[in-house]
Amino acid sequence: MLNAMFNWLDERLGLHGIYKTVLDRKVPKVNWFFTLGSLSAVIFLIQGVTGVFLTVYYVPTPDHAYDSVSYIMNGVAFGWLIRGIHHWGASIMVIVVFLHMLRTFYFAAYKYPREFTWVTGVILLLTTLGMGFTGYLLPWNQRAYWATTVGTQIAGTVPLIGPFMTSVLRGGPDLSALTLSRFFAAHIWILPAVIAVLIGVHIYLVIRLGIAGTPAKED
Amino acid sequence: MTNASHMSRNNFVKGAVAILGTVMGLVIGIPAIGYVLSPALKTSSSDTWIPLGPLENYPVGVPTLFNFTRTKTNGWEKTINSYGVYVFRKTEIETLTLSNICTHLSCRVNWKDEAKEYLCPCHDAAFNAEGLVISGPPPRPLDRYENKVENEELFLHFIQG
Repeated sequence: MLNAMFNWLDERLGLHGIYKTVLDRKVPKVNWFFTLGSLSAVIFLIQGVTGVFLTVYYVPTPDHAYDSVSYIMNGVAFGWLIRGIHHWGASIMVIVVFLHMLRTFYFAAYKYPREFTWVTGVILLLTTLGMGFTGYLLPWNQRAYWATTVGTQIAGTVPLIGPFMTSVLRGGPDLSALTLSRFFAAHIWILPAVIAVLIGVHIYLVIRLGIAGTPAKED
Repeated sequence: MTNASHMSRNNFVKGAVAILGTVMGLVIGIPAIGYVLSPALKTSSSDTWIPLGPLENYPVGVPTLFNFTRTKTNGWEKTINSYGVYVFRKTEIETLTLSNICTHLSCRVNWKDEAKEYLCPCHDAAFNAEGLVISGPPPRPLDRYENKVENEELFLHFIQG
């Protein structure tokens, strides 16, 4: 019965074909370092799920952001767990994505024909850092406020366009409600959308081109 | 693999992924359900007598609206709810205190003195001065608060939760 239902769906959706292409593809002999990419993707999903749940209570306004985070931590059942996973997951994601980049670099997996995979990967690393930067402000506590003050001021050191960039990041000359709401928008809509699309392209390329094995001695 | 009944490497990995995936899903999924539901399950109760002022302020025979507010904390915010109660002195000694919340879908009813009815603006419900349904969709009469008079002053028993 279940089999018949699956076959009916499979005939129309081609699930078996997707499964074979995605998971039953041939790979060279590899080691555990080759799991860092999958791990990055899994952490991204976890961050996405816990992030969606955080938005149930979080509000991005200066008068309530801090209180709403306190409420998540102390007032809601398992709020500490959801936020805890998101908080630690953020740091772990940056580390894992960075290690994934190092592995690709040291194993020379970025070379022909995988240059474009590398390019999407670099953008993914940068957007991941962007997620960390924008998410850091959202609790709107002292650390968040001053970290973002410094972070946006660093953008101001760029020659010529620096002050303009600081203003664009802050939504004005000062850190304000506008900064918080634009960081929130970037954190929950813009950057995740960019990351999701690029992960799609990245994984498509990995499946299309196959993965590079560990380099041999003569390489 | 020497033993034919032994699990193959492929099946072991499939099983391990399925089990670990389920565990990870449950670890986030079950708390997430509690996380979303928890404010809905919290009950805040109140049981207090609210002073409505001297009884002589209220004319006999004409329902008069009295408004009051109650404050409670929802999440990170203090919510101020306003309540309206119609004080209807049937006689010198008998006083009804009726909630102005329509029993149909919670719109607020208004006393229309020319029609001698409480009218609900939402779905044309009409109640008489004592709060009994005259016409329209409400399933029951207007809710009544318990009241008492102490030292010529009217009090209303406000119970919630």
